[in-house]
Amino acid sequence: MTSKKSNLAPLRLHIPEPKFRPGDEADFSDISIPAIDAIARPDEASVPADIHSLAFGLVRVLDNDHQAKGSWNPNLDAGQLRLMLRNMMLTRAFDDRMFRAQRQGKTSFYMKSTGEEATSVATAMALASDDMCFPSYRQQGILLTRGYPIVRMMNQIYSNSQDHLKGRQLPIMYSAPEHSFFTISGNLATQYPQAVGWAMASASRGDTRISAVWCGEGSTAEGDFHSAMTFAAVYNAPVILQVVNNQWAISSFSGIAGGERTTFAARGLGYGIASLRVDGNDPLAVYAAMRWAADRARTNNGPTFIEYFTYRAEGHSTSDDPGAYRAAKEFEKWPLGDPVDRLKKHLILLGEWSEEQHQAQHEELADLVKKTQKEAEANGILGHGMHQPFETMFEDVFEEMPWHLKEQCDQMVAEQYRKFGPEWEPK
Amino acid sequence: MGSTKTMNMIEAINSALDIMLERDPDVVLMGEDIGYFGGVFRATAGLQAKHGKTRVFDTPISECGIIGAGVGMAAYGLRPVPEIQFADYIYPGLDQLVSEAARLRYRSAGDFICPMTVRSPFGGGIFGGQTHSQSPESLFTHVCGIKTVVPSNPHDAKGLLIAAIEDNDPVIFFEPKRIYNGPFSGYYDRPVEPWSKHAASDVPEGYYRIELGKAGIVREGEALTILTYGTMVHVVQTVVAELRVDAEIVDLRTLLPLDVDTIEESAKKTGRCLVVHEATRTSGFGAELAALVQERCFYHLEAPVERVTGFDTPYPHSLEWAYFPGPVRIAGAIEKIMKD
Repeated sequence: MTSKKSNLAPLRLHIPEPKFRPGDEADFSDISIPAIDAIARPDEASVPADIHSLAFGLVRVLDNDHQAKGSWNPNLDAGQLRLMLRNMMLTRAFDDRMFRAQRQGKTSFYMKSTGEEATSVATAMALASDDMCFPSYRQQGILLTRGYPIVRMMNQIYSNSQDHLKGRQLPIMYSAPEHSFFTISGNLATQYPQAVGWAMASASRGDTRISAVWCGEGSTAEGDFHSAMTFAAVYNAPVILQVVNNQWAISSFSGIAGGERTTFAARGLGYGIASLRVDGNDPLAVYAAMRWAADRARTNNGPTFIEYFTYRAEGHSTSDDPGAYRAAKEFEKWPLGDPVDRLKKHLILLGEWSEEQHQAQHEELADLVKKTQKEAEANGILGHGMHQPFETMFEDVFEEMPWHLKEQCDQMVAEQYRKFGPEWEPK
Repeated sequence: MGSTKTMNMIEAINSALDIMLERDPDVVLMGEDIGYFGGVFRATAGLQAKHGKTRVFDTPISECGIIGAGVGMAAYGLRPVPEIQFADYIYPGLDQLVSEAARLRYRSAGDFICPMTVRSPFGGGIFGGQTHSQSPESLFTHVCGIKTVVPSNPHDAKGLLIAAIEDNDPVIFFEPKRIYNGPFSGYYDRPVEPWSKHAASDVPEGYYRIELGKAGIVREGEALTILTYGTMVHVVQTVVAELRVDAEIVDLRTLLPLDVDTIEESAKKTGRCLVVHEATRTSGFGAELAALVQERCFYHLEAPVERVTGFDTPYPHSLEWAYFPGPVRIAGAIEKIMKD
């Protein structure tokens, strides 16, 4: 098969490998963290070609001494900062509780967002409450920030009698139109062109609402991502396209998605889209970047592409064991720290928060989540009891049920009689 | 309905789109070359000039982007009618159709719906080779949550397209491009007869609907039932006339939801059934039809249900007329059924 030309060097296939594997000592000292304002905040109306360097820099606000500095500082008041901290802590408390519920066998699946809370909480706070969000699967912080009832999230996770999605979706695949939160797919990056289409529709109707979409760095390899970027650029759509680069796509490090050669933010440049690379563990930088992008979109200056450089502190999901493929303690060594801890220290430095208040809030939120969990579990948990009428399986495939689904529904009901005996009544 | 006008399929489709753009500000058309130019088959000719660029516009060559953006527009509240230039090019948009458009209502329990009609010219008989000739309808009838429609004449095309656009579920609307300009007898070496000589070219100029899920009986008969759709409706009519067989020809018009009552009634009456489609044979829609007739009409049948289809090869270019399920193949099947 091989053509041998002895005077030529053999070709080599490159298979990217992460720097550290289980048993290795993680060391991120080679990651360069540019100084705050290494690139100053440009005007929101800047032409993308004039601000290319932002795709290779790192938007930062919170410095190592926990002070907020530089031109990107959004200058939020203490009340907003405390709310941001609370929303992130609530997200973490919710994640901890629901992860445990899965381990206790109360549901089939869960996904935590530990370490990445800023990328949904701070972004949601920077958007208007009716801007449309097209999340991936790790943006529960948006719902919690927008005040979506926690018990409804839990009902969905338990697929119980009060799950408004009727037990059809895998846990955490929420849908909340009244909170401008699109139904989560589970297929990756499909929401990208949808968010662009939504923004195009909004613009074509002379609306004032914009859309925002999230995906992981791994799914930037999907065709949908590139189709969406093309459409966003072509139609100057009022959309904010975001990549949460948490370094890991299940077991594949960011190099498997092309991260060895350039930043993910740089992908926006070829499309002529303004592109920012942001410290994703700095909630103020995330807020500032989203605010910049949202102002841009709202003033018909077009789309913005944002990479949040962050780290997935936990496994991909409850079905994953990161100890099998990456070095232990990577998160502890992560040079950009933890967003909750960083905002807490900033607030303490400002004299607007204390360790005692923090501990009290931690306990308060844990109690709130625990209390709400009891309320949700009163509506049932997965696998214990029949929470949805059987017929609901056939509803909503179409607006009106066609004959073949009616036939299959009748068959299913007959099967239940056969299974449970003549006394059985359809619920 | 008011006055009527003689229209070919393209004109009837154009009229349906024009009327819906006029009636419903939420309707938007998008697709490759459909704007200023009016589409490679002219189906959207004049519509951008009349209704504006934000209602009728060109898209990048990205079927995934077209369908995906359409899903997002539908989620916003619009009623998008994207065109996929050839059905052969629909595959890059398949995930957006199968996993997204089709399941939006179900997975969100009605929070979000996708009232999108994807128009696409399909089928062979135009020397289009493997990339301009395919009939992929059974890929879509296999998906839960999508309706699939195939008109066979100008009158039906307009009424069905209006009903599809008004439907609150996603619809794949396949337009048999061989019969855009005139019905096809199946004899490729004979002159094409224009639609103007056909009764179904008499199309109301105004708004009307043909309900989805209802078949049409093109010819009533007693000897056998022929289930078909699209281009093959006309080829079958030619053969039935030539053989002087008293066939009942059912034009399915909508493949999903299927008009099973009309099929059942006809097959029970005649006791013999032939299924004819252009698409490849194995796992084609004909297999579904044959199974349904067998399940529901077995004790009324005098002969096994036969299928006439394209062959299970990629669509060939130069050997198109050996591949196409034309008069010879159909006549052979009818003779076999009638002999039993």
